[in-house]
Amino acid sequence: MAREILLKIEGLRIEGRAGDGWTEIVKGIDLTLHKGEVLGLIGESGAGKSTVGLAAMGFARDGCRITGGSIMFDGIDLRTAPEPQRRALRGARIAYVAQSAAASFNPAHKLIDQYCEAPVIHAVMDRARAEHDAIDLYRRMQLPNPEDIGFRYPHQVSGGQLQRAMTAMAMACRPDLIIFDEPTTALDVTTQIEVLAAIRDIVRQFDTAAIYITHDLAVVAQAADRIKVLLRGQEVEEAPTRTMLAAPREDYTRSLWAVRSFARPEQPPPTDAPILSVRNVTAAYGKVAVLEDVSFDIHPGRTIAIVGESGSGKSTAARVITGLLPPKSGAVLFEGKPLPPALKGRKREQLRQVQMIYQMADTALNPKLRLRELIGRPAQMYLGLEGKALETRVRDLLDLIELDPDTYIDRLPGELSGGQKQRIGIARALAAEPKVIICDEVTSALDQIVQEGILKLLTRLQDEFRLAYMFITHDLATVRAIADDVVVMQKGRVIEQGPKARMFTPPHEPYTELLLSSVPEMDPDWLTRLLDRRAALPG
Amino acid sequence: MGFATSVALGLAGLFAIAWLMRAGARAMFAGSARAIAHDMPLTAAFGILVIGVYAAVAIAAPALAPFPEREIVGGQFQAWSAAHPLGTDRIGRDMLSRLIYGARNTVGIAFATTALAFVVGAVLGLWAALVGGWLDQGLSRFVDALMAIPALIFSLLLLTIFGTSVITLILVIAAVDATRVFRLARAVAQGIVVMDYIEAAKLRGEGSWFLIRREILPNAMAPLVAEFGLRFCFVFLSISSLSFLGLGIQPPTADWGSMVKDNATLITFGDVTPLLPAGCIALLTVAVNFVVDWQLHRASGLKEQ
Repeated sequence: MAREILLKIEGLRIEGRAGDGWTEIVKGIDLTLHKGEVLGLIGESGAGKSTVGLAAMGFARDGCRITGGSIMFDGIDLRTAPEPQRRALRGARIAYVAQSAAASFNPAHKLIDQYCEAPVIHAVMDRARAEHDAIDLYRRMQLPNPEDIGFRYPHQVSGGQLQRAMTAMAMACRPDLIIFDEPTTALDVTTQIEVLAAIRDIVRQFDTAAIYITHDLAVVAQAADRIKVLLRGQEVEEAPTRTMLAAPREDYTRSLWAVRSFARPEQPPPTDAPILSVRNVTAAYGKVAVLEDVSFDIHPGRTIAIVGESGSGKSTAARVITGLLPPKSGAVLFEGKPLPPALKGRKREQLRQVQMIYQMADTALNPKLRLRELIGRPAQMYLGLEGKALETRVRDLLDLIELDPDTYIDRLPGELSGGQKQRIGIARALAAEPKVIICDEVTSALDQIVQEGILKLLTRLQDEFRLAYMFITHDLATVRAIADDVVVMQKGRVIEQGPKARMFTPPHEPYTELLLSSVPEMDPDWLTRLLDRRAALPG
Repeated sequence: MGFATSVALGLAGLFAIAWLMRAGARAMFAGSARAIAHDMPLTAAFGILVIGVYAAVAIAAPALAPFPEREIVGGQFQAWSAAHPLGTDRIGRDMLSRLIYGARNTVGIAFATTALAFVVGAVLGLWAALVGGWLDQGLSRFVDALMAIPALIFSLLLLTIFGTSVITLILVIAAVDATRVFRLARAVAQGIVVMDYIEAAKLRGEGSWFLIRREILPNAMAPLVAEFGLRFCFVFLSISSLSFLGLGIQPPTADWGSMVKDNATLITFGDVTPLLPAGCIALLTVAVNFVVDWQLHRASGLKEQ
C-alpha cells in the first residue's frame, strides 16, 4: 500500500464546551489515509470518533472547536484554508454519510432532487447528466427499481434503501474521500448486510478512500483495510485489519471482543407453571393484521427472547401483553388467570406485575424529572411509600443498578450517559417490584462495552429476584448471551420456538437460518464468504 | 434635554442596582439558588428588579401616593411643581398619584387576565392533546369558531352583554386569549404525548391530571413561558383599546392606557407628561420579556453560544 497520501491529520486536538469551560474531547490524534484506502475508526461512545470524522472535512460541530494539529487533505491545509475553499471541497471531494439517513434526508424533496444538488452546485455536471448518473449509481447500489426509486420521497422507501441512496448521493461527485458515520448501526442484521455489501463494492469500484466509523468491530472488519481504535479521544492502537483481529496488542482492544463472549450459564428446564402466557393472540392495527395466532409462555426466572427483523410483530406482542393494543382474539394469562385485554380494565396490582424497559432511554425518561421522582414514582404509586421510606427505597434501587445515590439522586436524565440512562429505566421497572419485565431492544442503542454492563446487570437482577424477562431484540449475539428460550417471528407469525440450545443447533427453518447467518463475525472474509454462499443458493 | 438625561440616568441606575442585587445573591445563597444567580444574565436581574418595583408600588399604592386616586386636587393641566411633582391632569387630579394607582389597576388586571388565560388555555390544550379523539375535535373546533371572530369585536360584544365591571373585563379578555394559548399548548403537547415516557406513565396507570401536570407540562414549559411574555403585552394593548372605546377600565379609576389618551393634548405643548404612563407600560413590557427570555433559555436547555 505505497500509494499517495490523501489525508494526513497530525496531533489533532478538539475541545467541546462543557458548562462554562472547555474540555478536550480529542487529545492529539494522528491519522494517515492513502488514496483508495478504507480506514475503520472504532471505539465506544464518547471516544471522539465522529468528531475526528467531521474534522477530516475541516469541520467542527457547534460547541466544538479545533484547537491544535494540522489537517492536510491532498496538499490543502483544511485548518487554515478559507471557508469558501473548504465549502468547495465538501460534497465534491469529501463526502459524508450520516448514521440516520432518515433524519439526514430532507423529507420535503425527492431523493433524486437531493442527489442532483451537490453535482449541480459544484458544477461537476448538469442536471440531466446528474439524473442519468443517479440512476446508474442506484443500480450499482443494488436498489430495487433504480429508474423509479429516485422519484420517491424519503418516507416512501425503507431504512436500508435510504442508507444506500445516501451512499449513492455521497458518490455523486466521485469524491476522493467519504466519511461513513455508523451507516449500518440503526439497521437490523439482515438489512445491515445488504448495505454493508453495497458500500464495500461501490468504494472498491470507484477506488474511493473512506473512513468508516462504527462501534462494531465485526462490521468494520468486513470493509476496512486498516483499523484504528480510539478511547476517550486518544488512540489505543492501529493495525491492518487482519493483524488486529489475529493479534490485538492492547487489553482495551481485546475487551472489545470479550463482549460477545459474555454468556449466562445454562438454566435447567422450567419446572413451575408459566407466569405469563400468550394464547393464540391475533391483533391488528385497524384492518392491517400484525399478529396472527401467536402463543408463547414466560417462566419465572427465565428469559425468553423474541427475535425477528423490523416489522415482524415483536414489539406489537409487547403492546398486546401490556394492554396498549387489545387483541382481536386470544388472551394473555397472568399466573393462569386472563388479564383484561385493555389497559383501562386492568387493576393497579395487575399493572404492577408487568413492567417495561424501552429501547431509547432518551425518550423513555421524562427529561424534566429528577431521578428521585423518576424512580420513586412507581414505588410511591404501587407500594404506597412516602417520605423517608421512599427516599430509602430510591437509594437502594440506585445501589442495585450500581449508581452512587448521593451523586445521582437529584440529577436530570440529560446529565447521564446513554448506559446510565438505560440503568435508570431498569431501576424504574424494578421499583414496582414486578414479576415480569419486558425489555424492548434495551441494548441496541448502546455500544458494546455498555451493552455488556447492562446485560450483566439484568442477569444479576434476574437471579436475585427470580424475574421473568421477555427480551425483544434483533441482535442474535445478545440472544446467545442471555436467553433461555427463543421465539423467532416473521410477518406477525411465530416461525419457530424452543429452548436456546435447540434453536442454535441446525437444522433451522430457512428464515432462522437467514437471521443466524447475518450476524457479523470477527473475520474479514466473513461477508465475502456469506455473499458467495448466498449467491450459490438457487433462487 | 433634562428629561432625557434623567431617564437615561434612571435606567443606568436600575441596571447598577440589578448588578449589585445579582452579586449579592451570588454571595449570599448556596446550592441551586446560587447556581441560578450565577447563570442569570444582567438583563434578567434588571427585569426582576423592575417587576419587583412595580409590584411594591402596586401593593403600597395608598401609602406612596401623595393624593387620593380620584380626587380633584388642583387646576387643570398644572405644570410640574413641588406640590404636584408631575402636574395635574385635565380635570385637576394629581398625575403622580394616578400613575401609582394605575400600576395597581393596569398591571393587576393585565397579570390576572394573562394568568387566567394561561391556566385555562394550557390545561385544556394539554388535555385535548393527551386524550385526542372526540374531546380534541370538540375543543379544537370550538376554539376555531371563537378565533374566527375578530378579537376586539368579540370582546366588545361580550362586554356589552355582561356589562363592564373589572371582573367581566378580566374574564372576557382571558377567554379571548385562552384560545391562542390553547392552540399553542395543544400543538406543543402533540409532540410530547407520543414519547415513550408518556406511554410508560400510562402503563403505570397514571391518571390524566398527573400526566398533564408532571409528565407533559414541564416539557411544554419553554414555548408557554415565551408566549406568556408576549401575551402579557398584548393584554395591555387590549385593555387600552377597550378603555379607549369606553368599555375597558371605567373612569375615574386610574389606568395607564386611558391616561395617555386623556392627556394627549399636552404633547402639542411640548410636555412629556402623557408619555409617562406609556413609558411605564414600555418599561414593564421590556422587563417581563427580559425575564421570560432568561426563563426560556433555562427551560429549553439552550446554552449561550
